[in-house]
Amino acid sequence: MIKELKSLFSEGKITDKKKYFEIIINKENIFQTIKNLKENQNLFFNQLIDITAVDYPSNSLRFEIIYILLSMVLNKRVIVKTFLGESEGIESITTIHNSANWYERECYDLFGIKFLNHPDLRRIMTDYNFEGHPLRKDFPLTGHTEVRYDDLEKKVIYEPVRLTQEYRNFDYMSPWEGIPNSLAGDDKASEDNDE
Amino acid sequence: MTFGLACCGVEMMHSYMSRYDLDRYGVIPRGSPRQSDVMIVAGTLTNKMEPALRKVYDQMPEPRWVVSMGSCANGGGYYLYFYSAVRGCDRIVSVYIYVPGCPPTAEALVYGILQLQKKIRRQNIYKS
Repeated sequence: MIKELKSLFSEGKITDKKKYFEIIINKENIFQTIKNLKENQNLFFNQLIDITAVDYPSNSLRFEIIYILLSMVLNKRVIVKTFLGESEGIESITTIHNSANWYERECYDLFGIKFLNHPDLRRIMTDYNFEGHPLRKDFPLTGHTEVRYDDLEKKVIYEPVRLTQEYRNFDYMSPWEGIPNSLAGDDKASEDNDE
Repeated sequence: MTFGLACCGVEMMHSYMSRYDLDRYGVIPRGSPRQSDVMIVAGTLTNKMEPALRKVYDQMPEPRWVVSMGSCANGGGYYLYFYSAVRGCDRIVSVYIYVPGCPPTAEALVYGILQLQKKIRRQNIYKS
């Protein structure tokens, strides 16, 4: 099967990860790749499981976009990865997989990735009139606004965030924080110590 | 009025089910705010959900009470520093009973409802 894939994609980097295949390609080829994987009668990767992204702020091509495809015929999975800069857009695959519509809206909402030729690129999860893209690494955890019902205005209003207690980070592994994390039966913590 | 939003909503369902059976205390779940006296806010209240909560609360006829169930609805809880969660549903509506826990057990909710009934019995709401 890996030969089949290699004959199909000469430009991409294909690796066999035992449980699935990984294809890393340029963003220009993403549309044709997904189309080929779906329409090739020997592969038949016709089910789109998910589209998701990872933010690496230190990379010049900041976002990694991941397409997970399943072939029900072969019972095999393929993960197609591509990299994308902050201001760049990527071709939408809604014309190939209809289910990509909402996945791409999700990626747009949480990461701010522009999908070109998408039929309806709106926010999908965050609040109405929300600003920013929460899953970007430079988005603050607490966000920018918080809500409260105003008795005088008789409506819910948005205000800048005002925390009554500072964010606390319980880092027990740090030498400056004092006591080590020695919970009884916490095997995972002791493994980390051994390394 | 049932306002199950998360895992607390499941505990709330448990307290309605045959083991604890809130019906025998005269607590009957209603889907419509017009027929409700008490709203149980069970679970994390998000920024997007909160106008709906306020609208439903406003539609309830007076006198009305609110039970806040679980640490998320009480004061943010696990999502205290989160960008899309309301830090406590008392920012939106006035709460009478807070039921602590994450999630509170069905017994805890039943206890909270009994406390609310006690509180209602003590006050004469028609007088003032």
